[in-house]
Amino acid sequence: MNWAAIAAIYRFEMARFFRTLAQSFLSPVLSTSLYFVVFGTAIGSRIQEVEGVSYGAFIVPGLIMLSVVMLSISNASFGIYFPKFLGTIYELLSAPINFIEIVIGYVGAAATKALFVGLVILGTATFFVDIRIEHPFAMAAFLILSCLSFSLLGFIVGIWASNFEQMSLIPQLVVTPLIFLGGTFYSISMLPPLWQTITLFNPVVYLISGFRWSFYGIADVPIFWSLLAIIAFTGLCLAVIGWIFRTGWRIRS
Amino acid sequence: MTTILSIRDLRKSYADGFEALKGVTLDIEEGEILALLGPNGAGKTTLISTVCGITTPTSGSVTVGGHDIQTEYRAARKMIGLVPQEIALEPFEKVWNTVQFSRGLFGHGRDNARIEEILRKLSLWDKRRNAIKELSGGMKRRVLIAKALAHEPRILFLDEPTAGVDVELRKDMWEIVAELKRSGVTIILTTHYIEEAEAIADRVGVIDKGELLLVQEKDTLMAQMGKKQIEVMLTEPISAIPDSLSVHQLTLNGPGDALIYTYDTHAERTGITTLLNDVAQTGLVLRDVQTRQSSLEEIFVNLVSGDPA
Ligand SMILES: Nc1ncnc2c1ncn2[C@@H]1O[C@H](COP(=O)(O)OP(=O)(O)O)[C@@H](O)[C@H]1O
Ligand SMILES: [Mg+2]
Repeated sequence: MNWAAIAAIYRFEMARFFRTLAQSFLSPVLSTSLYFVVFGTAIGSRIQEVEGVSYGAFIVPGLIMLSVVMLSISNASFGIYFPKFLGTIYELLSAPINFIEIVIGYVGAAATKALFVGLVILGTATFFVDIRIEHPFAMAAFLILSCLSFSLLGFIVGIWASNFEQMSLIPQLVVTPLIFLGGTFYSISMLPPLWQTITLFNPVVYLISGFRWSFYGIADVPIFWSLLAIIAFTGLCLAVIGWIFRTGWRIRS
Repeated sequence: MTTILSIRDLRKSYADGFEALKGVTLDIEEGEILALLGPNGAGKTTLISTVCGITTPTSGSVTVGGHDIQTEYRAARKMIGLVPQEIALEPFEKVWNTVQFSRGLFGHGRDNARIEEILRKLSLWDKRRNAIKELSGGMKRRVLIAKALAHEPRILFLDEPTAGVDVELRKDMWEIVAELKRSGVTIILTTHYIEEAEAIADRVGVIDKGELLLVQEKDTLMAQMGKKQIEVMLTEPISAIPDSLSVHQLTLNGPGDALIYTYDTHAERTGITTLLNDVAQTGLVLRDVQTRQSSLEEIFVNLVSGDPA
């Protein structure tokens, strides 16, 4: 392992983040606050409680996931897309490093940034609602695995994309709808039976359900399935990355 | 002399089926400057990219310091620094940081003294805190060289280092190359400027349409392939070449005060002695005699346009 190279990539990516630290910190604080004002107050006044948890507190895990997933994808995809776009990827390709090390550097940095923002949102939320975390280890595991797996997905998107339109295609057209329909702001049990069944095909449901369980002990689907889903998703992303590594797809001509 | 880079029957076909390298074999000696001379599209960048690991070879083998570039890519790549043809840099990155990044990428720890030395050598020290986007084109090229040198490579590839660069900067670049050679770095540079190869190379390789047409010591190449001319200057102009000199196939210059004799330097007999004897016999009075060697340019044009059939 070329640890110096991994550190160089990681540091380089984090430097970009630290250059705009105020922005990286303030924007999740602001957006979280807005969510509480809009959803917590407007809707929360009608839906008082979901399965014994106040509506404001109920949406916190979903809010964190929403940001963590979107940020993981955008951080990792732009991280690897820019070198392709600027041509600086020649240096990565001619360096004594392998693809795994490149992935660790970029995905590690993207996941770190997403994790940071996730924690900022959690911290901000405590100012608005009472939050309890019943299963802290499960909470940490879900959060970290989500950051990592969606950063892996973002990395794949960044490798795949050959222009800026394609960069936003997956997040906008696929991930955002899945998250909003994945029980971020409601419990699956509130839906009509047919929709409940359809929803079960949305992988994000398992993620948010499991994450929420780690907070309040309530879940839409059994926790086992949530765990399996996130592990399977991570495995799938790793498999795709492995395939890219072997074939040099879209990287080496 | 030891061979530091060995390329054996290297072929590269791109995904569209185009064969950009058609079996290139080349040995590079430690410490030399080799200029790869060839027109646009000859395959120079493809050759460099393949050796450096940016493209994968279709067949053939390359070893760097005895390390195969595919099975022992780490050891091989650590020895190589690459300055690409196109300027590719992160615009918001600081000069110092980007050089530091390159060093890390190649597995080296921090060494501020070393980076300072490189930046000073390339006259970038004053710009170390500037963002790349604040630099001129020539400065950016220097940054690329600094990045390539950051991990102390034994071999440096410079892909068209002076393409689109003004005369001043080109001279600077040649000075940098000479300086690097003195510090023991082996240099392979590509160019389509003949005078560049002529000015700085120890050996010249001519590449065209994916084939290496020849590799030779620059001096030998010019001596062997080059035609030499003798200009016999006369005190009095003449209007026509005397018949007695017709066997020498001379040409008369414009004003008619010089006879020009062309000969092959590698011919058994150059015919110079008989020529001068015959000229003396005709009674012409010589004012001066000059020899002129044809440039690499002529050699190059002959080779590239030469029909192999
Ligand atoms: N990625 C690629 N796909 C297909 N053809 C390519 C690619 N890169 C280069 N070529 C072709 O290979 C030939 C050699 O290109 P190159 O090595 O860049 O030449 P040079 O550097 O000598 O100008 C050219 O005809 C070019 O069009
Ligand atoms: Mg080229």
